[in-house]
Amino acid sequence: MRIVAEHLSYTYNPKSPFAVKALDDVTLTIEEGEFFGIIGHTGSGKSTFVQHLNGLIRLPASKKRRPKRPKAKKGRPAPPATVLTVGEFDLSSKKTDFRALRKRVGMVFQYPEYQLFAETVKEDVAYGLKNFSDKKLTPAETEAAVRAALEIVGLDYGEVAEKSPFDLSGGQKRRVAIAGVIVTKPEVLILDEPAAGLDPLGKREVMELLHRLHREWCKTVVIVSHDMDEIAENCTRAAVFSEGRVVYALPPASLFKMTDELLALGLDIPLTAKLCAALKERGIEVDCDFTVEDLIRKVVALKGENA
Amino acid sequence: MKDVSFGQYYPVKSFVHNMDPRLKLLFLIAYIVAIFLARNFYGLAACLVVLLLAIAFSRVPILKVLRAIRGVLFLVLFTAVINAFFRTGETVYWQYGILCVSKEGIVFSAFLVCRLILLVTCSSMLTYTTTPVSLTDGIESLLKPLTWIKIPVHILADVMSIALRMIPVLMEETERIRSAQKARGGDIEGGGLIKKIRAVVPILVPLILSAFRRADELGDAMDARCYMASKKRTKYKKLRFTWRDLIGFFVGAALITGVVLFNVYEAFLWLPV
Repeated sequence: MRIVAEHLSYTYNPKSPFAVKALDDVTLTIEEGEFFGIIGHTGSGKSTFVQHLNGLIRLPASKKRRPKRPKAKKGRPAPPATVLTVGEFDLSSKKTDFRALRKRVGMVFQYPEYQLFAETVKEDVAYGLKNFSDKKLTPAETEAAVRAALEIVGLDYGEVAEKSPFDLSGGQKRRVAIAGVIVTKPEVLILDEPAAGLDPLGKREVMELLHRLHREWCKTVVIVSHDMDEIAENCTRAAVFSEGRVVYALPPASLFKMTDELLALGLDIPLTAKLCAALKERGIEVDCDFTVEDLIRKVVALKGENA
Repeated sequence: MKDVSFGQYYPVKSFVHNMDPRLKLLFLIAYIVAIFLARNFYGLAACLVVLLLAIAFSRVPILKVLRAIRGVLFLVLFTAVINAFFRTGETVYWQYGILCVSKEGIVFSAFLVCRLILLVTCSSMLTYTTTPVSLTDGIESLLKPLTWIKIPVHILADVMSIALRMIPVLMEETERIRSAQKARGGDIEGGGLIKKIRAVVPILVPLILSAFRRADELGDAMDARCYMASKKRTKYKKLRFTWRDLIGFFVGAALITGVVLFNVYEAFLWLPV
């Protein structure tokens, strides 16, 4: 499903002293099949944006039947209308079937292990399945779906299914929580800081898991992250959010060339980009796509030329 | 999260906001006494004038203040209905068994409703204009005499300020967990009672767990900074009685005394009832 947002704005607590403008005229398209990254500071609007994508935050419904077209003010052109579509779902319409949308757009929140509640892992994973299926599933169907979900996140069904989710380790809990979202096989999977709070190995395992899901189950994966290495290493394209606006939306290979611009926004750059910059200072130009593997290959190749 | 109007701080700068919380607390108590001393609508009207003055000086929008009533709307309606139907009087309009609608009953229930609304709005004025932290400081300071009879006032104040501090945090947490479960197709909207109760479990269990986790973490953090409940603690923000408070004291005291005197002696003023 293709995600299109045009001129999307959102304000929390409008018309009150607590009003915060979270999104300011955001225009962004995420194509089907992308492994998309969203970067930004806390409060840059990235979480607000992704929560729009499965209708957890809704566009303010216009009271008129037709979508309201903002009127032109004197001397200024009319502000363009807001568009927000995910596949065939038009999220600016009131009639959208949000349940159907949420079934196809899975959302994993930050620290998803804090949403576990059931007595057994099996029940917890099956929760979304039961909510989304229109008919009553047979125990065999449920078990098959839960087994498949647990296995793709790298857990052994026989070992964990009957356990309490609270008896598992941190990394395992997170996998169970992710399994609980992907059990309905959503086409788009959105994850807010999927690797936050994990050790380096756990982080790598989660990213590997996401690639596996991207290959086999979910056509589009969107991750929100402030770990630049994670973005450089994994994403096909990344958008930079700052103060509610999209500043850049580029593949990491071109995005992280703009070292100065990113630093000026108060963002970090990946280690590989720092290394490239350090090499450049010493007169060595390395043109890589900022993945560790590519950087090593290019440096080794350069060394071969110079020898 | 957006709709808890009752008992929420309204952040603007004003004379009432800056007033010493102890003074505000004492005024609130005195004012409530004045409301209860009022025996008729004239008394309540006098109370209302003082309240309106306070609202005007606090720069809290009046609509915002009135929203506080919504929280107790059921109680207000209940009181009104009970009193209008069960109180007998001289001029009876309609009677059926013990149900009776009389002129006196209607007047009395209107009186009670006005009194309730005044009580609720004046209490919420305190929380609109006083942050929970300074409110706790004020309560602690006012309850200080209780330490003479070995009541650990400062510990109670700490407990209260932590509890107040955690309300918005837990609200936010609830919203987050609810969103997460909504994304998995679970929602508490719609369905019968049983269905609703079952739908609450996936939100309640993680919420309680997180409350315990937070309590543990906070306990550890306080321990790590050598928090000792038994020691005498210094304060970051000391309450000071300033010249502004003095003005506030005289104005407020004069007004409330006026209302009290009015309510006590209005019987001698021969006003038509």
